Amino acid sequence: MSGDREGQSFEERLGKARASAGLDRPPPEGKPVSAADSGAIRIAMRLGVEIVAALVIAVVIGWGLDRLFHTRPWLMIAFVPLGAAAGLRNVFRAVGPGSKS
Amino acid sequence: MAAPTIDALSQFRLTTGLGPIGRAVNFTNSNEMMLIAVAIVVVLFAIGLRTRALVPGRLQSLVEAFYEFVYGMCVDNIGEEGRKFFPLVFTIFVFILLGNLLGLFPYFFAYTSGIVVTATMALFVFIFSTGVGFYIHGWRFLKFFVPDGVPGWMLPMLVPIEFISYLSRPVSLSVRLFANMTAGHVMLEVFAGFMIMLTATLGIFGAVASIIPLGLNVALIALELLVACLQAYVFAILTCLYLHDAVHMH
Repeated sequence: MSGDREGQSFEERLGKARASAGLDRPPPEGKPVSAADSGAIRIAMRLGVEIVAALVIAVVIGWGLDRLFHTRPWLMIAFVPLGAAAGLRNVFRAVGPGSKS
Repeated sequence: MAAPTIDALSQFRLTTGLGPIGRAVNFTNSNEMMLIAVAIVVVLFAIGLRTRALVPGRLQSLVEAFYEFVYGMCVDNIGEEGRKFFPLVFTIFVFILLGNLLGLFPYFFAYTSGIVVTATMALFVFIFSTGVGFYIHGWRFLKFFVPDGVPGWMLPMLVPIEFISYLSRPVSLSVRLFANMTAGHVMLEVFAGFMIMLTATLGIFGAVASIIPLGLNVALIALELLVACLQAYVFAILTCLYLHDAVHMH
């Protein structure tokens, strides 16, 4: 076959190249299906609260600063997008790359 | 005929326990359940570890499984320093787990369904982990709020986001446990109420039809068992993750 070289098939050489480039991750250790399911449930239960919690904190901070500086409602309006961003940050930290879960 | 109504929230009402003495000092049924949970843990561990056999019996292996499970969680998530925090994580895990599980019994009060209790524990974890961060790193711990590799002009926007995200930890930690436990108990009560309503309004047909909510309740109890263990696990593992952030700052 034209793709064969040095007695190695194309598949073997491709696998070798991918492995040396770090493209192929070692297969995950055989976890039982139930463990994967409970992991998914765990993540789903974590995430719903994360966004809301950050938003609540942001609104409370904005409301408090408004009371302090008598600028209602501008600081609260300014803090809501920050809170939404912080909520998404929480979610990314929980499930994004580099997370443990 | 006064139709029975579903009063799903009265189960969370705090009453006083321990008779007149409890009334005098406002000792609630929630406190009562906490004492029972702690007593169960202490007695279980005292009996389980009494023999200290090389080949453990049933009770001893249960206790050792608990210990090793939480120990592994600490070391895996915090690192080698996690051993120092093992007593804290273990206490939190067992306290919440027993609270959740005991709350599933009829007439038992689930103290983890009170946001006062969960918020207290979450605030303690939050303040403790922040204190650990400042204790280990000093003022350099404030760099935790400055993400790595970000151009300087973006920092005025990113630091508040990181700060809000940090402050939201105790909120999400406490609300998650509280909401899961409360929702589960409300669902159980609502379906149990359906059975009474069906029987009261449809007579014998209703009694037969109430097999459906009964079956749902059986399935719900299984789900609640899962949720009880899962939420204790989630609370403990998030405690570990926050301590990891405090110890390693990334």
